[in-house]
Amino acid sequence: MWEMIEDEDIDLLLNDLFDLYGYDFTSYSRASLKRRIVRLCSLDKFPSFAELRYRVKNDPDYLKRFVEEITVNVTEMFRDPSFYKSLRDDILPILGTKPFIRIWHAGCSTGEEVYSMAILLKEAGLLKKSLLYATDLNPSVLEKVRKGIFPLNQMKQYSENYIASGGKKDFSTYYTANYGQAKLDRDLSEKIIISTHNLVSDSSFNEFDLILCRNVLIYFDKNLQDRVLNLFDASLGSLGYLALGTKETLKFSAIQNKFKQINREKIWKKIV
Amino acid sequence: MEENRVVPPCQLLLIGGSAGSLEVLFKLLPRLNADLPFAIVLVLHRRSTGDSSLTELLSSKTVNHTSEVEDKEPVKPGNIYLAPADYHLLIEKDRTFSLDYSEKINFSRPSIDVTFESACEIYGESAVALILSGANEDGTHGMKCIKKAGGRTLAQNPETAQMPFMPNYAITHGVIDYVLDIPQMADFINQMK
Ligand SMILES: C[S@@+](CC[C@H](N)C(=O)[O-])C[C@H]1O[C@@H](n2cnc3c(N)ncnc32)[C@H](O)[C@@H]1O
Repeated sequence: MWEMIEDEDIDLLLNDLFDLYGYDFTSYSRASLKRRIVRLCSLDKFPSFAELRYRVKNDPDYLKRFVEEITVNVTEMFRDPSFYKSLRDDILPILGTKPFIRIWHAGCSTGEEVYSMAILLKEAGLLKKSLLYATDLNPSVLEKVRKGIFPLNQMKQYSENYIASGGKKDFSTYYTANYGQAKLDRDLSEKIIISTHNLVSDSSFNEFDLILCRNVLIYFDKNLQDRVLNLFDASLGSLGYLALGTKETLKFSAIQNKFKQINREKIWKKIV
Repeated sequence: MEENRVVPPCQLLLIGGSAGSLEVLFKLLPRLNADLPFAIVLVLHRRSTGDSSLTELLSSKTVNHTSEVEDKEPVKPGNIYLAPADYHLLIEKDRTFSLDYSEKINFSRPSIDVTFESACEIYGESAVALILSGANEDGTHGMKCIKKAGGRTLAQNPETAQMPFMPNYAITHGVIDYVLDIPQMADFINQMK
């Protein structure tokens, strides 16, 4: 029955969210958004769409859950090892020549990507002069970034990813295992600055040498993608780098002429 | 297998496969005509490490342009699109692809159900879906949507499938219009308007 949700219903819900709470999901990819809403309705057993809408409107606590569930937070450490290998071999040596390194992880989710970067920087001897800005629109995932605690049963996979990315150390030296949890070392998080930032509505807040925004743009429609890419362009220093997810591209975007893809990985260098 | 109603022209052919489906595609793709008037979307269960060699392999079996989907790429008739490893593949109203990295469905990402259901919303009765060999229940739910919307649903003859479970599952759930072996599939697709 949930396949019956009409686009008009979704429009109404999105308007409520914007009017009442300032969250603007209207330019998200509809196909994915609709799936998430259908999924949430069945998870939380709403007998009808009207009930979901009523709850979102009248229960600010439920709003929190709604935002958490509507956005996709799945992430991994060293996801796509060849991408991290390219950061290690091609990008960090160049960034290393700068006095400071500023990196922005936009849509960082629970932080696995940020900690992976911290490990790369540490191994390159660059962590001390780096700052990693970790931002997401969802405050709950940022709480997890702050804690730096991940399920222990995922460490085997992460360790394999790490080695495939060119890591030479014993991955388990980066965390302490305790009660099924892996707590990442404190010194990895020292340079991480955590803040909420909504790519739809918030503006540029600094100038960066490298911006990573991976697997976030796929949830946006073409127009919003272009707006966000402009925001990144404005937030990158000259010759800065932009990294997207493996299936994302600048190819169809308005800023493509200002950037040059450096290799087969989805990393672009700003050339103007 | 009689067909009395007016069959809507096919605008999108969806093919879902799991274990044992590559061999079928290797035989099927070379038999397909050039410049088919609809796009073909392949959703295959594969190892999560995205090796681009599968695209090249499939590409070598057909004259039709074959590529792995990139986010927001338009769906163009005549082309063959492969769902990328480790993403769900969706279709938007404006007939562009969207990728989605949400939870696995039926232990799979890409999930055949996810793409079939999404395509069904957009293409409805002008979607045609084919389910191949596999050891998974994935696909049946999506086929059900397409059948309900008036689209045509095909299954590989389980007797010819390396893993008969997947086509069998769809057939026993009553969501399949035609059960075909490989040469019949090719004829069906080539004659489809
Ligand atoms: C699939 S995760 C990607 C995590 C990580 N970058 C990776 O590739 O593994 C997508 C993240 O984007 C965030 N997100 C969605 N919309 C956003 C927005 N408008 N502004 C900032 N972050 C957003 C979600 O909260 C989620 O944490």
